[in-house]
Amino acid sequence: MHWVGLRNYRFLVTDPWFWQALETTLVLLVLSGFTQHVIALPLAYIIDRRVPPRLQNFFSASYFLPYITSTVAVSLIFSTIYGYHYGILNEFLNYLSTASWSSWAFGWLKKSLPINWLGNTFYIKPSIIIVVVWRWFGWNTVLYLAGLQAIPEELYDAAKVDGANAWHEFWNISLPLLRPIIFFAVTMTIIGNMQLFDEPFILTNGTGGIGRAGMTVAIYLYRTAFEWTQMGVAAAMSWLLAIFIGALSVANYFLFARSAFGRGGKS
Amino acid sequence: MKLHPTRILMYLLLSFLALITVFPFYWMLILATQTPAEIYSFPPHLWFGTGAGANYQSLISALPTFWRNMWNSIYVAIMATLTTLFFCSLGGYAFAMYDFKYKNLLFGFMIATMMIPQLLGIVPYYIEMSIFGWLDKPRALYVPGMASAFGIFLMRQYITAAFPKELMDAARIDGCSEFRIYWNIVLPLVKPGLATLGIVTFVGSWNNFLGALVVLRSREAFTLPVALRTLQGYNTIRWGAIMLGTTLSVLPILVVFLAASRRVIHAFTATSGIKQ
Repeated sequence: MHWVGLRNYRFLVTDPWFWQALETTLVLLVLSGFTQHVIALPLAYIIDRRVPPRLQNFFSASYFLPYITSTVAVSLIFSTIYGYHYGILNEFLNYLSTASWSSWAFGWLKKSLPINWLGNTFYIKPSIIIVVVWRWFGWNTVLYLAGLQAIPEELYDAAKVDGANAWHEFWNISLPLLRPIIFFAVTMTIIGNMQLFDEPFILTNGTGGIGRAGMTVAIYLYRTAFEWTQMGVAAAMSWLLAIFIGALSVANYFLFARSAFGRGGKS
Repeated sequence: MKLHPTRILMYLLLSFLALITVFPFYWMLILATQTPAEIYSFPPHLWFGTGAGANYQSLISALPTFWRNMWNSIYVAIMATLTTLFFCSLGGYAFAMYDFKYKNLLFGFMIATMMIPQLLGIVPYYIEMSIFGWLDKPRALYVPGMASAFGIFLMRQYITAAFPKELMDAARIDGCSEFRIYWNIVLPLVKPGLATLGIVTFVGSWNNFLGALVVLRSREAFTLPVALRTLQGYNTIRWGAIMLGTTLSVLPILVVFLAASRRVIHAFTATSGIKQ
């Protein structure tokens, strides 16, 4: 080990693989993060306001199930589902595009089937996003549900007296009061997904995929350190990644939290 | 309760989502019992097949250490849980009950370490473990995390809420030793907190992939996630065998979750800092 100054950092900022990995990570973060929260928020609201308690437990337990399962197990299962010739997803899409009841809506899929989910530079990202969303939307739903259950019933009663419908309730009561929790959940999504490793690593068989299309910064870092034994470069990369995570968290704070911790959102 | 059309639509939507979350597990379970002919049949075989025994043979011949790896996972998870519970409750107890110099500074410093992204530590983690000579040893997986800042913080919160300081003074006057106050009085009072931290630690350890990938090198030392990952390289192995291994690896957590889903969910939301 010897002192090299900023050489490792200088290497990284001019390294096209690093920037590609960062871009991949950000694309996966934005698309999967946005999708899971957009599913989780209304879902938690519906479960909290419209579903009787016994069924609440049933639904939240089923949505939560993927979260406690190992990422390796989950990714291996999805590898079989995404199989090119005999994967159940392609067979299901094939069925939809040919069956008489559904071909009017799905017939257009016919010409692109079978889809090479994990072996094509375009489809790798959606494949990873589907797994990440599948694994995390339940966690966010449960989180939001816990937040919603803390909102006093009187607020909803008062709104009902004022003639509010479900849409008003969601938009003007639930959402503003959930803002601190949304801030927390989005922060967790940013920190977690910026370090996304397990799912893309398994789905691309440890490589990052064709054309490195599924190679996140975490995978690049792992391979740099442990395949190419460039510990110094890998350590520098982890610092750059930490700086990006910090910057995104601060940006998120200014977007969500300032007003959330102030007066509780707009009326 | 009347069944409005919107209500039916809502339940259809909720059930559809539940189906999507549960289906991959069902698929794993039935593929684990199918022969290659059944897996590659058209139309797809949607029910249990006849290949479970052959898949097991194939799994064991491709991964002779399977049960050894299972034991490693169990051992590491149990050790991680026990040591974390002991050291974090001890640390949390000190922060909750004692006044000492630089206490607030230390506590603030500890909280600050929780903001550090996990990946930042991955290279030094490997280097430290190799200097200690701990590569391939289970303790490389549970010792570094056993006094986690997060666990100490959590236990401090539970102990502060459950055990008033005055009670400690009373116990002292009665001649109780400091360690006995902690062991015989405080610990039983914070059982829910211990359960919460224990569940989260056990599941986290059971599912830990990156850490194990970094410090475990030999097949005998692998935990299940790393062992299952090695099966991917084989072209000759049946998917049914991989799914059988996967099924066996998720089964323990799955069974606990099905038996106590509310408790488990509560543990995870409680550790995220949201009061319920």
